[in-house]
Order: sequence, then structure tokens, then C-alpha cells
Amino acid sequence: MTQQFTLTIESGKNRLGEQEGFDRIEIRPGDTLSIVGPTGSGKSALINDIETLAQGDTITGRRILINGEEPPESFVREPAFKPISMITQNTRCLADLSVEEFLLMHIRARKPGREDLLDETINLANTFTGEEISPESRMSGLSGGQTRSLMIADALVIGDTPILLLDEIENAGIFKDRVIQSLHGGNKAVILVTHDPYLALTAGRRIVMRHGGVASVIEPTGKEQDLIEDLALIEDRMHQIREKLRLGASFSSGSPSGSSVSSSANPSEVLTDVVEQGMVYK
Amino acid sequence: MKLLIIAGPPSGGKTAVVRQIIKNLPEGSLPAFLKIDVVHATEDEELAEEFGIPVKKVYSGDVCPDHMGILVLDDALHWAENLSRNILIVESAGLCLRCTPYTTYSLGIAVVSAISGTNSPFKMTPLLALADVAVVTKTDLVSQAEKEVFRESIRKVVPGIDIVETNAIQGTGLRYLIRRIVNQPEIGSDPIMLRGSPPLGVCTVCIGKKEIGWKNHFGVIRPLDMPEPLYRGD
Repeated sequence: MTQQFTLTIESGKNRLGEQEGFDRIEIRPGDTLSIVGPTGSGKSALINDIETLAQGDTITGRRILINGEEPPESFVREPAFKPISMITQNTRCLADLSVEEFLLMHIRARKPGREDLLDETINLANTFTGEEISPESRMSGLSGGQTRSLMIADALVIGDTPILLLDEIENAGIFKDRVIQSLHGGNKAVILVTHDPYLALTAGRRIVMRHGGVASVIEPTGKEQDLIEDLALIEDRMHQIREKLRLGASFSSGSPSGSSVSSSANPSEVLTDVVEQGMVYK
Repeated sequence: MKLLIIAGPPSGGKTAVVRQIIKNLPEGSLPAFLKIDVVHATEDEELAEEFGIPVKKVYSGDVCPDHMGILVLDDALHWAENLSRNILIVESAGLCLRCTPYTTYSLGIAVVSAISGTNSPFKMTPLLALADVAVVTKTDLVSQAEKEVFRESIRKVVPGIDIVETNAIQGTGLRYLIRRIVNQPEIGSDPIMLRGSPPLGVCTVCIGKKEIGWKNHFGVIRPLDMPEPLYRGD
């Protein structure tokens, strides 16, 4: 099924009543799309339309087709048939259950009979978070990062659907690079709402939101490649500093403050300067 | 005349669902609305102002609101009929959740919110078990996994129930509920009866007499247009 799977977004209207800036967007397994735009521009509404397989019945009037047709009702209403997993921005789970009970109930909904997925899900979640999740933990007692990690692992292992929707995964204090690596296994279509420049630019297509609707869809021509490489270096630096900070490191400023920042226009050089000259890791 | 009976805990989203129903009813539908509550409700005024439909409100005061609803229901049907309406929407107060106000010939709609806790469906078993549709609201406030686990918990209580998930403010997913309403048959000629017996045992309703309308009952009764309930019997 994964092989021929196509999801199509048919355009609707933005908050001003104007037709969106595209006709249709076709998404196939292996595709990655980022959704960018200011807060309130309709990013979450777009992935919610996809998740609920809207048929002109939401505020935007968009229609979501699967393999060119209106999806069967079971795709919308029965989790066991739903081809879409979504990781929302929620960093709290209200369910009054242990992690084990919660995941077993979700397995019953999504993959009846596959109780063996329980351990796999918890193990994967624990590679995303620094604080270990145990099967006995209460869902409502998990930290924001633990909840996020568990929901991502749940979507990958228990959902295991051809389409994955992610809403701002960078905001959870989890190991983002490991998450991204896991997402790209398994030939899934990944659609992510993000404010993270690196995630936004490395996606195969970029959907730009404004006034509650899609303003444009950008297909990179390769001209952004230099910027992406710069950002990768910055990301790497940021990651190293972040992890050191998390482990309790302290830094001291050694060089004249600010001079290196103002003298360079290139963002990666700025950071390299700051890190190499301005701050010394002890 | 079609009869929709909407029940569920307070603040679960019943009125938001009613709003979406009224907004999305097919052409030619003429709804009337009855709200039953204990001491305070403004839903009737809001809906009258927003949609210009006839509305009525009954406060039950010291009496159980579902009990009150049962007593006034056939008067309310006549009221709606006299106004040439063709759908009566009744919204319960939603208090103890052991009573089920659904009747024969009605579409029983239980409204529960996705944030009310995984075990809440077990606590309101009768309310769900005798309903035709469970509408789960506020699904936009929980993760997809949590929404699906909540659904599983309803399924444990009532395996076959039709579940409709929605963000009722936006109306997402309610097309399945509207379809049920469109396909709902008109009230037939047999007397309308309660589907279950409320468990109080202090009046003729509570001990299992299922006819609707105050004329069929003893104990605390109330006609629709009487300001206070009265006691009928020895």
C-alpha cells in the first residue's frame, strides 16, 4: 500500500476569503514538506485538515484526497485504518493511565494483537529524551520532553503510517537530530510545521502560510544549498553547546565583546567567531 | 417531527454541538430548542438570538433535571408542533450521568469531551450505552494518540456505538452526525417511551414507568407552562 500511496491537498480559502496560492499539492512516500509562517497564519489548521481528511467541512474548505479520491470513511473514523499519524504540540497527556496501559490501549486501537510493540515504543522514546521513561510512569506525570518523545515513538512504531504530521517538534528539548533520523527511515511522507530554519530549508518543498491559508509553495532550486550548509555548521555548534550546557558546563567570555559579531555578515562565521573566540569552553 | 436528545456532563460542549447542528441542518429544517437546567442556563437566549428559532427553558430547581425533562417532553413536542417546527432539539443539564434521557423515536446524542479523563466513559456507562451516537468534543486539545485511546475507552463501554470526533467550535468531523440526523426517522404513532429506567426510585418515572408527559405520572410533576412543579398523589 505504501508504494502507490498519494495524498492530495486541494486548495481552499484563507481568512480573507481569497483562494489559496496553489491548486493542488500531491504528496508521496519519501517526500518531506515543511510548513512555515507567523503564529496564527494557519499552520496547525493545515495539518489538522490533513489529519481529519477534511472534505470541505472545515473553516478553510480544503479537501484531502487519497490516491486521487475521497478516502473511505474507515480511513477517517477507524484508527486501525487511518493512514496518518500526527504529533501535535501537546506536551501534556491528560490520560489517567500508566505509560504501559496507555500504549497497550493505543495498540488495541491501531494494531490489535501487536502487544510486542510496547517495549519497542518505549525504547525508541528513550533514545529521544535524556530522562528515562519507564512503563510504570504515569502519563500525566511525564515531563514535556518525555511526552513529546513518547508521542513521536508512538507515531513511528504503533502508528507506522505512510504519512506523518509533526507540529513544531523542535520545541520539546528532545534530541532533534535523532528524531529526524528516525523519521526518514521507512519511506514515509513527512510534513512538518516548523520555525527552525534548518528543518524548514532541508525539506523537499516548503509551504508558506499567511492569513490562514497557503500563500505559496516553494520548490527549492538548489540555490539555497550554501545557506543549508552554513546552517548545518551552526546547528552542529548549537548542539554541542546545548549538550554541554545541559551537563552543567559554564562558559567565560574571553575576547572583546561584540566586535567579532558586528564585523561579519555571514551567520555561520558569526557563530564560529563567538564560539571560538568569544567563549571558551572549560 | 424529529426528536434529538442531547445529553452529557456540564461544560462538555453540548451547546457547541447544538450550534453546529442548527447551522448545518439541510434546507427546509425548522428546529425548535428546549433547554433543561437546574438553576442557570443562557443557551436558549443565545440560540434564539443567533438563529432566530423558538426556544424554551425549564429550570428544575430542587428536582432532578432529567426527571423534569421526562415530564415536560410531550408538552414540548406539542409546543414545537404548534409552531410548525419539524425538529425538536432537547439539551439536558447533564448532572448525575446515571440517568439516560433518551427515548424511543429520538436520536440520542451523548456529548463527552476528550479532556474528561480516560475513565470517564466508565463512569457514565448508562449515558453512553443507551445513546445512538457519542460525540467526542475538544479533540483539538489532545494528541492524536490520546484521542484514539479515549475512543478505545468508549468502545470498551459500548463496543458498537457510533463515535464522532470533533472540535465543535470549528465543526470538524460533524458531517457524520449531520448524516445521522438527516437519516433519522420522524416520530411514529406509538407512544414515546424512555429507553432506560432512571435509578432514583422516588416517583413513577424512577420506578420504571416509561411513558412521557406529566399526565402519566404521580409524585413531583410539572406541565411545561406551569412556573412551579407540583405534587400529584397521596
